[in-house]
Amino acid sequence: MAAVKEVDRVRTIKASLKKQERQLFFRRFFANKLMVMGCFIFIVLGLIALIGPMLVSYDPYEMKVAERLNAPSGEHWLGTDEFGRDLLTRIVYGAQVSMGIGLIVTLISSILGLVIGLYASYYAALDHILMRICDGLMAIPGILLAIALMAALGPSPLNVIIALSIVFTPNIARIVRSSALVIREQTFIEAMHAQGASATRIIWQHIAPNTISPLIVQATFVFAEAIISEAALSFLGAGIAAPDPSWGNILQAGKLVIFKAWWMVVFPGLAIVLSVLGLNLLGDGLRDFIDPHSSGKKSK
Amino acid sequence: MEKKPLLEVKNLKTHFHTERGQITAVDGITFHLNEGEIVGVVGESGCGKSVMSQSIMRLYDEKYTAKYEGEILFQGENLLNLSKAMMQKIRGNDISMIFQDPLSSLNPVYTIGDQIRESLMIHQNLNKREAQQKAIEMLGLTGIPAPEKRINEYPHQLSGGMQQRVMIAIALSCQPKLLIADEPTTALDVTIQAQILDLIAELNAQLGMGVIFITHDLGVVAEICTRVMVMYLGQIVEETDTDCLFSEPLHPYTRGLIKSIPQLEGERLQKLYTIDGTVPSLQKVPHGCRFASRCPYADELCKEQAPELEAYSATQKVRCWHYKEILKKEAVHESSNE
Amino acid sequence: MNHQTNRTLDPILEVQKLKKYFPVTGPFGRLGGIKGQVKAVNDVTLKLYEGETYGLVGESGSGKSTTGRTILRLTEPTGGKVLFQDKDIFQASKKEVRRLRKDIQMVFQDPYSSLNPRKRIGKILEEPLIIHTNVSKNERRERVFDILEKVGLGMEHYYRFPHEFSGGQRQRIGLARALVVNPKIVICDEPVSALDVSIQSQVINLLQKLQDDLHLTYLFITHDISVVRHISDRIGVMYLGNIVEEGRNEDIFAKPLHPYTQALFSAVPRTNRGGKRERIVLKGEIPSPLNPPSGCMFHTRCPFALEKCRIEVPQRKEMKQDHYVACHLYE
Repeated sequence: MAAVKEVDRVRTIKASLKKQERQLFFRRFFANKLMVMGCFIFIVLGLIALIGPMLVSYDPYEMKVAERLNAPSGEHWLGTDEFGRDLLTRIVYGAQVSMGIGLIVTLISSILGLVIGLYASYYAALDHILMRICDGLMAIPGILLAIALMAALGPSPLNVIIALSIVFTPNIARIVRSSALVIREQTFIEAMHAQGASATRIIWQHIAPNTISPLIVQATFVFAEAIISEAALSFLGAGIAAPDPSWGNILQAGKLVIFKAWWMVVFPGLAIVLSVLGLNLLGDGLRDFIDPHSSGKKSK
Repeated sequence: MEKKPLLEVKNLKTHFHTERGQITAVDGITFHLNEGEIVGVVGESGCGKSVMSQSIMRLYDEKYTAKYEGEILFQGENLLNLSKAMMQKIRGNDISMIFQDPLSSLNPVYTIGDQIRESLMIHQNLNKREAQQKAIEMLGLTGIPAPEKRINEYPHQLSGGMQQRVMIAIALSCQPKLLIADEPTTALDVTIQAQILDLIAELNAQLGMGVIFITHDLGVVAEICTRVMVMYLGQIVEETDTDCLFSEPLHPYTRGLIKSIPQLEGERLQKLYTIDGTVPSLQKVPHGCRFASRCPYADELCKEQAPELEAYSATQKVRCWHYKEILKKEAVHESSNE
Repeated sequence: MNHQTNRTLDPILEVQKLKKYFPVTGPFGRLGGIKGQVKAVNDVTLKLYEGETYGLVGESGSGKSTTGRTILRLTEPTGGKVLFQDKDIFQASKKEVRRLRKDIQMVFQDPYSSLNPRKRIGKILEEPLIIHTNVSKNERRERVFDILEKVGLGMEHYYRFPHEFSGGQRQRIGLARALVVNPKIVICDEPVSALDVSIQSQVINLLQKLQDDLHLTYLFITHDISVVRHISDRIGVMYLGNIVEEGRNEDIFAKPLHPYTQALFSAVPRTNRGGKRERIVLKGEIPSPLNPPSGCMFHTRCPFALEKCRIEVPQRKEMKQDHYVACHLYE
């Protein structure tokens, strides 16, 4: 019976500790106003991408020649495009494409970058090979590389994802590797070696968790960049092809009619700016949030 | 003739603004330092000894981080009333400082000659050649062999002991009246530490500057200081001359510290004396006596009221309610032991 | 003092002629070829007897920490043998070495960087059990509670993170991590050097108590001569990668033989001020191990150096039972 009580006591200790930690977390989180704002913008845009298509009443592909290039009105809040399609609907569906591609690219390059960065930092021989490849990829400007890859692969959403993942993985791998190199030299890693831990255990249980914070910060920036890059590719015609809506190709269509229909460029442009701004605010905020030293200075 | 004090610190308090509110790292310190005297400040980490020394130099940013209270009279002038520019003139010229880690206090991209000359050219208005002459002289004074060669070397080319000698040369180059040495030998090996301690004592005798020697090592205090202040949690708990510190420690904290060091001579003890617990956080400074929670003699009075620093003899001051009884008790105890 | 070394017993660990050289390379790494060698450990021979504390003392650069780390093969040795349970650790496979690490554990100097900041104490302490045993989760927790209590902490600390602890408490956690798998030998690499005096004495007492309770053998590496005197049964004094003198605690402090030992002991600041004592202040600095002096390593700083010392390496001689010295003055 005594043992049961002991376990109970430990559980209550755990519960109260977790509660304290949670309170501290939220207090610090809400102290950082810009990050809260970035987070808010990001969540709203995310929700629009997720459930927006269910709320809008038009079909993004249905063309109505009679209604082409209508200015914003009660019926079409953001106006219509050159084929008479509702612009709000197009942007909402475009959000799904743009944010979706951004998210998938971020996930893929984060996972790949984490694996590459960790193993490169741990095995010196691997480091030389992997990092030279990364250097090679990073030497070419990202958007140029993406265009070249798209030219080779042909335009399709899947290929956009592949191309952008190749562009952004080295970026993350570098960040992970550099923080892993610092962690690797800490005594607790040596202590784990002395303990007889295997390489896999040390890499994944001890080094990886300590590189997650810089990884997350970098991932938010990659997310923002991926959105811009996807828009740029689509704008140049190398990304999402015409009838499918994406912020980039809406913008490109708008470019042709910029003097007749300002809403065609302003609203998709605004969507891109807002999402990137939100993500950057979030990223900057997270950096301060995760690193207690910089938050001290910011609070003044 | 009575020696006149070079430095008089009166009720100095240093407050820091932190995320979790204001903390007082140095809380009401009063002491004086005569010309040519070496005073030791001992205490464990977090006792405020380094904060105190940096407060004397006003090294903390007064706009955002810190707030000073009290008086720091240096040759009769209150440093806390001086303008920033005036203070800058005093730093490095009248008052200099040496730190624990010599390598990080030296700029790696300049030769040691550049770094010694710099302060000479700023403070003493010497031209480059004069400064060079003086720099070589200072390096020679600190016992660096072949100073005219060494002066063109970079900090990383020197060993730890040599780097500390360079730091001392820089600190003493303008012939300061006061030298603050903040754990200058802690990072060094014992054989090198012995050399540096000898050097500081020798230069003190030769140049007659006052020295505030901050350390956590009671052995070092015994070696070099004439007077000692023991600090605990931002306050001085005992002030005494060095002989009395070991022969007649008054405060229970001082007694505990002395007893808990393993001895090099005499009988090996089976168990070391320990002071229980840890130093309380500055955010939760105890109500009464700050040492009460770790003190074996503490009673209700100690927990409720904070004692003042009171004089016991001409050279000894102590901050404790019960030091007289403890002294009596321990004397009986010790004599019965023998 | 805790245990008289019993000569009839075989040593539990035997280090023979341990060498560890670090290659020095140019700016292009190994591609540019090896430029030289830092002889961190030159020739270390020592024996650990069960239940004793062997104090390895020396200044920075003497190779004392490298010796400890090489025994555990945290760095690969250049030469020599380490016999443990009739097996040469240096010949063992990677897998065997990992298994051996259950029996030989290590405690580190820096209490701040030696614990993973992202893990709760419970997890940190369970990890060795996961690696070396296959006991159930509940039993692991029981054992962790048990060891926490032994090192003077409580189970309320189980879910805490390292940053919530003071230096002394962290060192207790580091000790608990080493002891949770019931090792036979603990290599303590400056375990109290980073601690304040009042905390240091608590940890030293704890180390001694645990040694008695759990029958541990310590290899205690430190630069602090008073600590080594307090805790060790036998002492080895290292200088530039060599053990210059070795002996029983009482013998070595009563009559240090090697000039370096004498200087080292005399350089320690004393707190009892009764009577002036002779202090030998050594001239100069420890020479670089990249390019160590010929003959006796100490001859550049030795006040008694002879002509012979510059040429010939002194051999280790037994001056008295268990008291060894490597110096030409004793011939």
